[in-house]
Amino acid sequence: MPAISREEVAHLARLARLAVTDEELGVFAGQLDVILGAVARVGEVAADDIPPTSHVVPVTNVLRPDEPRPSLDRDAVLACAPAAEDGRFRVPRILDEEA
Amino acid sequence: MSELISLTAAETAAKISAGEVSAREVAQAHLDRIGAVDDRIQAFLRVDTAGALKAADAVDQAKAKGEQLGPLAGVPLALKDVVVTNGLETTSGSKILSGWIPPYDATITTRMREAGIVILGKTNMDEFAMGSSTENSAFATTHNPWDLDRTPGGSSGGSSAAVASYEAPLAIGTDTGGSIRQPAAVTGIVGHKPTYGSVSRYGLIAFSSSLDQAGPFGRTVLDAALLHEVIAGHDPCDSTSLDVPVAPVVAAAREGANGDLAGLTVGIVRELGGEGYESGVTAAFTDAAQRLEAMGAKVVEVSCPHFGYALAAYYLIAPSEASSNLARFDSVRYGLRVGDDGARSLEEVMSLTREAGFGPEVKRRIMIGTYALSSGYYDAYYGQAQKVRTLISRDFADAFQTCDVLISPATPTVAFRLGERVDDPMAMYAADLCTLPASLAGVPAISVPCGLSAGLPVGLQVMAPALADDRCYRVAAAVEASYGAPLIASAPAL
Repeated sequence: MPAISREEVAHLARLARLAVTDEELGVFAGQLDVILGAVARVGEVAADDIPPTSHVVPVTNVLRPDEPRPSLDRDAVLACAPAAEDGRFRVPRILDEEA
Repeated sequence: MSELISLTAAETAAKISAGEVSAREVAQAHLDRIGAVDDRIQAFLRVDTAGALKAADAVDQAKAKGEQLGPLAGVPLALKDVVVTNGLETTSGSKILSGWIPPYDATITTRMREAGIVILGKTNMDEFAMGSSTENSAFATTHNPWDLDRTPGGSSGGSSAAVASYEAPLAIGTDTGGSIRQPAAVTGIVGHKPTYGSVSRYGLIAFSSSLDQAGPFGRTVLDAALLHEVIAGHDPCDSTSLDVPVAPVVAAAREGANGDLAGLTVGIVRELGGEGYESGVTAAFTDAAQRLEAMGAKVVEVSCPHFGYALAAYYLIAPSEASSNLARFDSVRYGLRVGDDGARSLEEVMSLTREAGFGPEVKRRIMIGTYALSSGYYDAYYGQAQKVRTLISRDFADAFQTCDVLISPATPTVAFRLGERVDDPMAMYAADLCTLPASLAGVPAISVPCGLSAGLPVGLQVMAPALADDRCYRVAAAVEASYGAPLIASAPAL
């Protein structure tokens, strides 16, 4: 199984939106390598004809009548947010100035 | 120690119902106990004195009006901080949710409030329930009341420690891979993971949605059963909630206490024992199996050949689901936001927030999950783990062809020392070795005290087929009765 490099950890961290530090890259590379090496054991089981289990109970889409009902109060929800403005979540910029 | 705090939940409720004591006196006695010992135990992240006394007063007023009280009305409870509480800070043990005051209650919170249960406060836990010692909490280290240098287990270690130290007769935990059963085992109390889907997950901060399940802790099997019946049942707010009758666990606990197990076949799982298990744990387990036989059960050995792969499958499936679930912590709708200086982009702020807000174990699991789900690795890791999950379910189905319940030690070792495994993730993961198969298969499992090893508690795990939670309680109650008094009574005084 593959040894996990610092570059791979940096890539995973980027995908997962984690701004990990240089020091963490080294620590996590070693630890992820050990963990992924251990869990790779699942590959020892011959399971070509075995269906995967995602849920142990039968999962069906649950529908209800499309009737209006009260939801959480908007101001109460926005009060939990790090920043709100004009009744909306306030977010950092999502586009470059030039865009 | 005040007499009120040493009572069982059932006894407490009976005294309140009979008017021998008020719910307020009971709540105050427990708040006083928390005040006296929690600086050493650190089970609670926050104590809600005003809320607890208000809830207790409501029970006393209902009683004064002549209303019929429920079987746990006025009984105090410690609530794991992964369960959402309206108006009371809920953090899931994470800095990223520090200060978050939810605008709604979890379904189980609502059910407990309606039952007159008095919520004393929120208990410490491994961050997002990821851990086996509660040391991954961002806020505090919880201590095992049997030996303050040892862990109370995890991830529900605040809840187990609260019950074991008589700060509360009842607590709620959640169990994804063993987070109720393992802490119950190492603190000498009872903890049950219900059948997946039988307790609503609405308002549980999600870790691994196909595995997470809330359940009860108590110092007796009957107390745990009484709480189980309050929280279990169908909930339209949880799409995986089963619309079936709740197993009759209270009746089963009472029946088991008579100590007659004639006609019951108990299977000892060969793969959950032997090498790697402490000799004291094995000895206590063997003794428990003999007790079951002495009570009339037929005890046989069974093999579940794929259980040896449960740890590997679990530590792929749970992190994969976690990496997806924890994407919601994006610094926009709730919780922490770091680095928003007006110049940085949303993506930069998000990454800085998650870096600052998550602890190392959470980051590790998010990255393992991200790896296992990424294209090129998906089939070999996540896909294969899901197939192993199928094989583990089949092992259970085969074993339950001949056995009514399966038993094993609940943990391979007694409580380990604080700090001993924090830098060795695989050693920490091994604490869940015995509990993982039932989690992956979604079947119910209980841990009940079965003796001591070098003065520390050992737990017996009893696993049953899906929806047959009552069998766990029946067998556990029989084991408990065989010891006379609950083993927790022999814990050292604090």
